[in-house]
Amino acid sequence: MTELNMREPLIFELSKPGRGAGTQFPPPVAGAAQVPANLRRKTPAQLPEVSELQAVRHYTRLSQMNFSIDTHFYPLGSCTMKYNPKACNSYAMLPEFLGRHPLGPEPQGFMACMYELQEMLQEITGMPAVSLTPMAGAQGEFAGVAMIRAYHRARNDAARTEIIVPQAAHGTNPATATMCGFIVKEIPCDANGDVEIEALKAAVSPATAGIMLTNPSTLGVFERKIVQIARIVHDAGGLLYYDGANLNAILGKVRPGDMGFDVIHMNLHKTFSTPHGGGGPGSGAVGVSARLKPFLPLPIVGKDGARYRWLTERDLPQSIGRLSGFMGNAGVNLRAYIYMRLLGREGMVRVAEFAALNANYLMKRLQALGFEAAYPERRASHEFIITLKQENKAYHVSAMDVAKRLLDYGFHAPTTYFPLLVPECLLIEPTETEAKEDLDRFCDAMASIREEMRHDAEKLKLAPHTMPVRRLDDVRAAKQLDLMWKGLTA
Amino acid sequence: MAFIPHTSDDIARMLEVIGARSIEDLFDEIPAELRAGTLNVPSALSEMEIGRLMTERAAIDGRPLNFIGAGAYEHHIPAPVWAIATRGEFYSAYTPYQAEASQGTLQLIYEYQSMMCALTGMEVSNASLYDGASALAEACLMAVRSNRSSTSRRILIPRAVNPTYTQVAQAIAGNQDINFVPVDFDRSAGRTLLEALKPHAGQDFTALVVQQPNFFGSLEEVDALTDWAHENKIMLIAVVNPTSLALLKPPGQWGAVVAGAQGADIVCGEGQALGVPLASGGPYFGFMATRMQYVRQMPGRIVGRTVDLEGRPGFSLTLQAREQHIRRSKATSNICTNQGLMVTAATIYMSLLGPRGLEAVAQASMQRTADLIAALTQVAGVKRAFTAAHFHEAVLLLDRPPAAVLAALSRRGILGGLDLSERYPELGHAVLVCATETKLAVDIESYAAALADVMSASRAAA
Repeated sequence: MTELNMREPLIFELSKPGRGAGTQFPPPVAGAAQVPANLRRKTPAQLPEVSELQAVRHYTRLSQMNFSIDTHFYPLGSCTMKYNPKACNSYAMLPEFLGRHPLGPEPQGFMACMYELQEMLQEITGMPAVSLTPMAGAQGEFAGVAMIRAYHRARNDAARTEIIVPQAAHGTNPATATMCGFIVKEIPCDANGDVEIEALKAAVSPATAGIMLTNPSTLGVFERKIVQIARIVHDAGGLLYYDGANLNAILGKVRPGDMGFDVIHMNLHKTFSTPHGGGGPGSGAVGVSARLKPFLPLPIVGKDGARYRWLTERDLPQSIGRLSGFMGNAGVNLRAYIYMRLLGREGMVRVAEFAALNANYLMKRLQALGFEAAYPERRASHEFIITLKQENKAYHVSAMDVAKRLLDYGFHAPTTYFPLLVPECLLIEPTETEAKEDLDRFCDAMASIREEMRHDAEKLKLAPHTMPVRRLDDVRAAKQLDLMWKGLTA
Repeated sequence: MAFIPHTSDDIARMLEVIGARSIEDLFDEIPAELRAGTLNVPSALSEMEIGRLMTERAAIDGRPLNFIGAGAYEHHIPAPVWAIATRGEFYSAYTPYQAEASQGTLQLIYEYQSMMCALTGMEVSNASLYDGASALAEACLMAVRSNRSSTSRRILIPRAVNPTYTQVAQAIAGNQDINFVPVDFDRSAGRTLLEALKPHAGQDFTALVVQQPNFFGSLEEVDALTDWAHENKIMLIAVVNPTSLALLKPPGQWGAVVAGAQGADIVCGEGQALGVPLASGGPYFGFMATRMQYVRQMPGRIVGRTVDLEGRPGFSLTLQAREQHIRRSKATSNICTNQGLMVTAATIYMSLLGPRGLEAVAQASMQRTADLIAALTQVAGVKRAFTAAHFHEAVLLLDRPPAAVLAALSRRGILGGLDLSERYPELGHAVLVCATETKLAVDIESYAAALADVMSASRAAA
């Protein structure tokens, strides 16, 4: 019975010709408008034909096969899976906001929210100017690095062709640098997780356009030599890019602008709790120091007297341009605005405090259970790394096995195999919205799994056992590509 | 405390385990001179207070009667679409890295990919990109990677393509030294003529972009344009409106069959029309589809069907070797996310409408626009700009600058269209108007009556 309950056919398999959700169809309109014969579709598109209830039940059942924040502890490192307050969604979905066409007259109510959001983000990051237009963290990164490029070009300094990236960086950092036409130079981190200063000194040159850093880094620790790093890069004529992936760890405690960064992107879907939506939409606002302000992507909300208006190419002729069809993920930005107003000054500082409290507590408890922290001498930031290399050697279980087994215990797995330079790692980020009891339950699960490693390692290797499917064959998925329902080609 | 569950007892016990005296100790690795003072942001609001504030701000913006399209289209959105998409299990989940705990999202994306292939007539679709404009930028970069017979990195882009899309492609792809060469449109037809391409024949171009319907709403002669591109070893990038594909020939069938292959090479566009609200311009989603031979050059997430340990079917992210978290600086793109939630909405939308419903939406939109044009061109001083057949948008020419006319209409609660006079000064007093199935006869009558009033008042004042 379990198996039957868990499986759900494809929507196409529920389809029958002639069925449909008739109340959703528009009434026919009399008239002679017709597509010229040579441009017309010959056979109907093979979309499913199902009743409204069939569609509702099918997609509701699919939803039930997901882990999510609303249903499970989701300590996915580097992703900041905190509670997404319902109010943010409800008030961003007021009919006036949803119905507004982006090219209509400048909407003063909506723009007031966006202007205030820009101001709050400026204050929090210590950056004098912000653009909300990038649609995700990776696009914010792109905007940031494109601004670095535009800045050097505007100064006729075209020899700056290299971007320095620490080995621990997110994959997006080097990918972004390449997209912006730069050569990537990777530098190592030392045993305590800080950037190797000597390697940095050796890497900078008149070809250095900038460095991309996450602080706290993806190793889950604060980069303590940041002031020195900033000086070395600035002295070489380069700029500092702050990847805001881990901003949650330092909200209200230290500002990237004060650390010496010239440009930052923020993941509003992490720190400011807009929904991850099964992989997007995100929003990747960028903030800049005064010297990069002329290059910000458009549009930006400006204010003349009491009236808000869109700043355009006329206001910022040196802008790197537009990155979206309209003004980025406006509705995501609205949710971030609501979240920030709910937190207020008092709540923002608590975000970092309790994210750090939860992370450090969880790290100590897991250490006490026998797990090895990758950086035991360091404070955890809002996340930390456990390495399972000992367990891997002793019991031949991998980080992936532990991750899959955690699903059976009702926990989403931490991030696995990232950062790449720590073997068999789990990157664990509990976030501030989890209660102590939930962290303790997670520790109980990890303790049980540790026992299973010793006595029943097969149980881990074959995990998960209780999900809608057992472990999936990813090799087959990539080799025997099945990317669409083949009934369509018939 | 906002969203923080800790009691003072919890805090004390947790600090004890950590071995710290205070929470402040946890930040002792941050150099003291860098520590921030009190943030200058407003104090916290309760949910009741933010509710009132947002409701007031929404009311300022009101609910005008909208006749603007230009890349974002107002369609009826069935109630189940967002009722299901905002379920926490979809709304608050992340990218399905742990496939076994994300089968819902993964199966849905597989269904989405299948539906987009059905609409576009292509062999493979990705799991979506950010929006239509950035999808075109990614398509241009993909064409540069895919077209082995071209080394020029030059892309032909008609001026009849949405000018913002061209700007975005320039801003994103321009950093990789890709050059965009404009192709003019015919002033009377309002579409891209083969004659305008002929001077480029025999030269090295990587791709030709064709938007169907184009920015003016006109239908391009896509077969001839596709064949011309392929004869010149140029890849064809189609930018299409998904609603229109219920009526229009899918890009996979454009042009002649050559050596067993037919149609556009890369198809992309804005997916918003499929169940996503206008919402000030986002979040929307971009879609992208291609032929199987180019799948490894396609950016973005792709979901595949495979089997589990017991041989039962299941779904997972696949072809990840293309992506940034594996290939780093050699990835096809820096993109991480798709627009998962919007794809969720679009998939439910397409399931509810099905082939007949979507065709009815497309047909009704086309007819309403025809009715709108007929009504508005009855007004003195208003005529059609172009002769080409159109879908659900068209350009009108006024006998005076549109800005004041549109502003006067806006004061009456009508968004009368998009003023094109800055984007296309050569057209004169041009306005792009749109009607979808949501505009009833009474709405069209209101607009026509208001326009007649405004035009005659403006004439009297002159």
